[in-house]
Amino acid sequence: MTQSSFTERNLQILFPLPAVVFIGLLMVFPILYTLYLSFTNWNLTSGMEPSFVGLDSYLRVFSEPRFLHAVGRTFTFTLFAVAIEVVLGVAIALILNRAFFGKSLAKLLLLLPLVATPVAVGIVFNLFYDPTIGLLNFALHALGLPQGRWVSSENSVIASLVLVDVWQWTPMITLIVLAGLAGLSEEPVEAARVDGASEWQILRYVTLPMVMPVVLTAMILRLIDALKTFDIIFAMTGGGPGYASETLNIMGFKYSFEYFRMGQSSVILIALFLVVLLCSLGIMKLRASSEN
Amino acid sequence: MKNKIVTTVLFYLLVLIIALVVLFPFLWMLSSSFKTQVDIISWPPKLFFEPTLQNYRKVFEEQDFLKYFFNSTIVGAMAVGLSLLLGLPAAYSISRYAQKKLAVFILLARLMPGISFLMPWYIIFSRLGLMDSYVALILSHMLIALPIVVWIMSTYFSAIPRELEESAMVDGATRQMAFLKIILPLSGPGIITATTLSFIFSWNNFMFSQVLSMERTKTLPIAVYNFLSYAEVDWGGVMAAAVAIMAPAIVLTMIFQKYVVKGLTMGAVKG
Repeated sequence: MTQSSFTERNLQILFPLPAVVFIGLLMVFPILYTLYLSFTNWNLTSGMEPSFVGLDSYLRVFSEPRFLHAVGRTFTFTLFAVAIEVVLGVAIALILNRAFFGKSLAKLLLLLPLVATPVAVGIVFNLFYDPTIGLLNFALHALGLPQGRWVSSENSVIASLVLVDVWQWTPMITLIVLAGLAGLSEEPVEAARVDGASEWQILRYVTLPMVMPVVLTAMILRLIDALKTFDIIFAMTGGGPGYASETLNIMGFKYSFEYFRMGQSSVILIALFLVVLLCSLGIMKLRASSEN
Repeated sequence: MKNKIVTTVLFYLLVLIIALVVLFPFLWMLSSSFKTQVDIISWPPKLFFEPTLQNYRKVFEEQDFLKYFFNSTIVGAMAVGLSLLLGLPAAYSISRYAQKKLAVFILLARLMPGISFLMPWYIIFSRLGLMDSYVALILSHMLIALPIVVWIMSTYFSAIPRELEESAMVDGATRQMAFLKIILPLSGPGIITATTLSFIFSWNNFMFSQVLSMERTKTLPIAVYNFLSYAEVDWGGVMAAAVAIMAPAIVLTMIFQKYVVKGLTMGAVKG
C-alpha cells in the first residue's frame, strides 16, 4: 500500500469542488429562486415582500395572448433560422470541402461573423434595412423592384431578423461540417466510385449519411442558441414594431427589467427554459437514433 | 479539359460570392465609419467619398470609449482567469475519472438561457449593494467562460495519454503535482483555445452587462447600444463605435485562427 495524502485520495471531489460550488451559487440557486418567485405575484416596484399566490401567475401569463404569440414567434424565428442555416451551411461546406487556392483565407473569413459582436451586427444591418437611406432598398429600387420596410413592418420584421441570424451563424454550421468531413475516411467514397456510383449518388448515399451525426450536433448547438436569441432583436427592434418581433427571451426581459413584474416574468423564464431543454433533448434523441 | 476549366472557374466564382456576402457588412461598416453624415444619408449610396476621422474622434473623445474598453477588458480578463482557475482542475478530474454527470452539470450553464439567472441576480446583487460593480459583472461573465473552459479542456486532457502522469506518480509524485508539473505544461494549445473563445464570448456579451452595469462599469456592447439611442441618426458615430468593438475580437481571431476553429468545432465533431 502506498501512502497517499488526503488530497490525492479525494482528488475527484476536491478538483471539481470550486467549480461546482460556483455553478451551484450562480446557476442552481438563482433558478430555484426563480421557481419560488413564479408562485408569487411579486412586483419589485411595489416595495412589498413576495406573497404566495399559488398558480395565479402561471394562469395569468398562459392566458395572455401576448405570451402565446411570443411562444409562436420564438419557434417561427428558430425554425426558419436554423433550417436555412443548416441547408446553406452544409451546402457551403460541401462546396469548400476540397483543396483549393485560398482555402485557409476562406476559412478565416467564415470565422469573422461568429466573433462579431451581435449588438453591433444588428446595428449595421439596421443601416442596411433603413427604409430611406438603406442599401437594400436602394438595390431593390435600382432593380425596379418594390421597396420593403424590413424591420419597421410587422409583416417583414421576423424574416429580416432571420436574415441577420443566417448571415451571422451559417458559417458555424459550415466550419463544423467541414471539420466533420475532414475526419471521414476516404474508403467508402473510393469504394462507391469503383462501383460506378455518380458523384450525386456518392454525396446522397455515402458522404451525407456519414457526416449526419456532425450535422445534427451542429444543429443542436444552433437550435439552443437560436431559441435564446436576444442581442440582435433587442438592438434592432426591441421586440417591435408593437410586439411583432417579441420572442420569449425579449418578453421575459421586459417583464423583469421594464415592468418589474417578477412573479410573471419568472413564469416566462421557466417557459423559455423548458422550451430550450425539451428541444435539445428532442434532437439528441434524433441524433442517437441516426447513429444506429 | 475544357470542362475542367469551366468547373474551376465556376467554383472560384462561387467561393468569391460566399466571401463577398460574408465580408460585405464588415466593409460597409468600415467605410461608413469614415463617412460624414451627409455622405451616409446621400442617395444613391456613395462608394467613393472624402474620408473623415470625425466619427472616431467623437467616439473616443466625447464618448469616453476608452473607459468602456478598459471595463470590457478587465471584466473579460478576470472572468477568463478565474474560470481557468476553477475550470482546469474540474476539467482534469472530469477527464481522468470519467465524471460524465459532472460535465453535464457544468455544461448546463451553457445550455440555459442567460436570462433565467439574470433576473434573480439582479435582485440578489441589488440587495448586496453590488449593482454597477466589477464583482457582479465578473461573476456573471464567469458563468459564460467556465462552461467553455471545462468543455474544451476536458476534451483536451482526455487526448493526453494517462501514462505521462502515471509514470511520474510511480516516481513518487502526487497526482496533483503531476497535474501541475506535467499535464498543465503540455496543455498550452488547449488553454489558448479556451482563453480566446471565452474572452471573445465575454467581450461580446450584451444582456448581462446591460442589466448589471451602469455608468461606472459599463462595457463596450452597452456603450455601442446606448450610442444608438443617444444619437438616433448619427450613423457615422455608431459605425465607428461598431468598428471599435469588433476590431479586438477580429484581431484575436486572426492571431489564433487555428485555435478558434478548433474550439468552435471540437465538441460537435468529437460527439
